[in-house]
Amino acid sequence: MAFWRDIRVLRIVGQIVFLAAIAGGVGWLARNLQANLSESGLSIGFHFLRDTAGFPISEGLAYDPTRVNGYAFWVGIVNTLRVGVVGIILATLLGTVIGVARLSRNWLIRKLAMVYVETIRNIPLLVQLFFWYFAVMLAALPMVEDSIRLPGAVFLSRRGLYMPWPVPTETFGMWAPYLLGGAVLSIGVYIMRRIRLRRVDRPGLPILWAACTFLVVALAGWLVTPGSPLALDLPVLQRFNYEGGMWLSTPFLALVIGLATYTGAFIAEIVRGGIQAVGKGQAEAARALGLKHTLVLRLVILPQALRVIIPPVTSQYLNLMKNSSLAILIGYYDLLNVGTTIFNQTGRAVEMILLIMASYLVMSLLTSLAMNYYNHKMKLVER
Amino acid sequence: MTEPLPPPTERVPVVRWLKRNLFDSWFSTLLTLAALTLIATVLHGLGRWAFTTAQWDVIPANLKLLLVGTYPAEQLWRVWLVVFLLCVLSGFAAGRRRGIFLRIAAVVAASTFVLGVMPFPLATRGWLFGCFGVTAVGCGLGALARHARDQSWIRRTEIALWVVSFPLSLIVLNGIGGILPVVEGRNQWGFMLNLLGAVSGIGLSLPLGILLALGRRSRLPAIRIVCTAYVELIRGVPLISLLFMASIMLQLLLPDSFRPDLVIRAMMTITLFSAAYMAENVRGGLQAIPKGQYEAAYAVGLGPTLTTLLIILPQALRAVIPAIVGQFIALFKDTTLFGFIAILELLNISRSVLGNLEWRGRIFELYVFIGVVFWVLCYAMSYVSRWVERSLGVGER
Repeated sequence: MAFWRDIRVLRIVGQIVFLAAIAGGVGWLARNLQANLSESGLSIGFHFLRDTAGFPISEGLAYDPTRVNGYAFWVGIVNTLRVGVVGIILATLLGTVIGVARLSRNWLIRKLAMVYVETIRNIPLLVQLFFWYFAVMLAALPMVEDSIRLPGAVFLSRRGLYMPWPVPTETFGMWAPYLLGGAVLSIGVYIMRRIRLRRVDRPGLPILWAACTFLVVALAGWLVTPGSPLALDLPVLQRFNYEGGMWLSTPFLALVIGLATYTGAFIAEIVRGGIQAVGKGQAEAARALGLKHTLVLRLVILPQALRVIIPPVTSQYLNLMKNSSLAILIGYYDLLNVGTTIFNQTGRAVEMILLIMASYLVMSLLTSLAMNYYNHKMKLVER
Repeated sequence: MTEPLPPPTERVPVVRWLKRNLFDSWFSTLLTLAALTLIATVLHGLGRWAFTTAQWDVIPANLKLLLVGTYPAEQLWRVWLVVFLLCVLSGFAAGRRRGIFLRIAAVVAASTFVLGVMPFPLATRGWLFGCFGVTAVGCGLGALARHARDQSWIRRTEIALWVVSFPLSLIVLNGIGGILPVVEGRNQWGFMLNLLGAVSGIGLSLPLGILLALGRRSRLPAIRIVCTAYVELIRGVPLISLLFMASIMLQLLLPDSFRPDLVIRAMMTITLFSAAYMAENVRGGLQAIPKGQYEAAYAVGLGPTLTTLLIILPQALRAVIPAIVGQFIALFKDTTLFGFIAILELLNISRSVLGNLEWRGRIFELYVFIGVVFWVLCYAMSYVSRWVERSLGVGER
C-alpha cells in the first residue's frame, strides 16, 4: 500500500496540517498586532503597573489615587472575591431552602418555590441587577438624612448600608493568645471526636464539639482580659454622611442580592434534582430501621444527594464568580471595572486583557480545585 | 392483545385535599398561613402599584424605539415582512406536522389577534391582523401539503426554507446594494438585536459546539489538546470580558482593511463563547453512548464519519436536549450584555428612554416590561424543550 494511503501516516499528516493552520492563524494575528502597535508607537510591557493610578476607588482595601496601578488592580481582585464569597454563601443558603421547599409536602410552599425559580431563571441577570440597583437602591431607598433604621443601629439609604462593626481595642493583644489557643484546642477536639466516632462507628457532629470548645476558651479569655478587647464601632450621622462602623455600598448590595437570588434559583433546581435522585426506598429503609426524621436526612439522604449535587453546584459557583463581572455596569469596583479603568488611563489593551483573563482563569481554577477536593471527599467509597 | 387500562384516577374531596396538602401538621399549617400572608402582601402591593401608581404610558409611547430602535419608520415594512415570513413558515409547519407546531402557531396567531384589537395606531393593527391572516394561510397550505403524495420533497423544501429564512431576513432588514436601501445605525435596533444575536448565536454555536466536542474526544492528540484548551479557556472567563476584548482588541489583531462592525463582532463573540459551553453539553451526551453502538455500527460496515453522523450524534444530542435548550436560553439572556460595548439593544435603549426628561422615573415600568418580554420568550423555549423531550421519550427507553 502506498504510504499516502496509510491511515497512520494520514493521521500524523492531518495533525501537522491542523497545527500548522492554527500556528499560521495565530502568527497572522500576532503580526497584525505588532504592525498595529508599532504604528501607534506602543510596545508590550508591564512597567505601567508601577505608575501612579490617579483614579479613585471608593470601596474595598485602603486605597488612595496616589497608589500604583498594580495595587489598584489588586484592590479590584479583592473586591471581586468579596462579592464572590458573600454571594456564594447566600446563594447556597437560599438555593438549599428553595430546593427543599420545591419538595415540600405543603402544596402552597411547593408552588411558591416553583414560581420563584421560574421567574428568576427566565429573566436576564443584567435586567435583575439593573432592577436592584437603579430601581430599588437608587430610586426607592431614602436619602442618607432620613435613612431607614433597622434594629441594631443598622442604617439603609441610597449611600448604602451602615452597620456596627467590632474593632480591636488596646487590650486586644492580651486576648489574642486565647483565640489562638482556642483554635488549636478545637482542632485537637475535632480530631479526637472524629477518631472516637470512627471507633464506635456512630454518627455525630464533631464540628459542634470543636465550635463549643473554641467559644468556651474565647469567652474565658474575654472574662480574664481587663477591659473589653473588642469595641463596637457604631455608625453616627455626621453632617453629610455616617461615620464609623461598617459600610457596604449600594452597588455591592445590589450585586450581592442579584447574584445570590439568581444563582440561588439555579442551585435550588440542582438541590431538588439531587434529593429526588436518591431512591425513595433509601428513606423508607432508613425509617424502617428506626432512624428519626433528622437522622434519615443527615445520614442517608444528604450524603447520597450531595454526590449528585456537588459537580453542577460547582459550575454554578464558577458562574457566579464570572457573573460578578457585571459589576462594571452598576459601578462596583471589581477587577474588570478597575482593569478597564486602568486601560482607559494607560491605553494598555493587550496587557490589561491578559491580566484580566489570567485573574479570572486563576479564580475559576482555584474554585474548581476546592470543589473537586470536596467532591472527592464525598465520593462513593466502593467496597 | 388488549391495551391495559390506565390506572384509576383518585378523586379526593376538597376538604381532604386541603387537609393533606395544606394543614397536614401544625408546622405545615404555619407554613401555609405564612405563605398566604406573603402572597396577599405581594399581590396587594403589586396590584396597587400596577393599577394606580404605575404610569404605563411610557411603554406604548416608546414601543417602537424599544423593539426596533432607530430603524426608520418608512422602512418598517421590512421588519413586518420578516415577521410575515416567520408566520407563514410556522403556520405551514403547524398545518403539516400538528403537535407542538400547532400549539406554537396557535399562540402566535392568538397573540397577534389580541394585539391587533388593542388601541395601537391603525397601520400597526393592520400589520398585526396581516400576521394573523398569513399564519392562517400558512396553516391552510400546510394542511393541504399534509395530504400530498410526495412528502419527502415537501419536507426538504420546508427545511430549506427555514434555513434560508435567516440570511434572507438579515438581507431584508439590512438592505442590499442596488435593490433595497441599506439601513444605517445597525447597532441601535433595540430588541431586534437581542433576537438577531440570539438566533445567529443559536444557529452557529450548536454546529461549532458539536465539532469542538468531537474534537475533544478525538484520538489525535493535537486536535484534542487544541479543542480542550479552547473550551476550558473560554469557560474560565466571563462573557463581558470577551466582549471587552472584541471591542478594543480586535482592531489591534486584524489588519486595517478588515474591520467588522460592532454588531457583527458582538455576535461573533457570543457565538464563540456559547460554542464552548455547547461543546461541554454535547460531550456529556457523547459520553453517555455505550461503546457497543460504535462497534455495532462498524460491524455493519459504516465508516467513522457515517457512524458519528447517523448513529452516535442523533442519540447523543437527544440525550442532552434540556442542557442544549438551557444553553440557548442562557445565550438569549446574555444578549443583554451587548449594551456593554455601546450597542443599543433592549436593555440599553431603555436607559436612553429613561434619560429623556419626559420619561424620567418610569424605571419600574420599563424594567417590568423588559423582564416580562424576556420571561415569556425564555419560558416558551423551555416549555417547547420539555415537550420535545417528552415526545422523543428521553429517559423512557
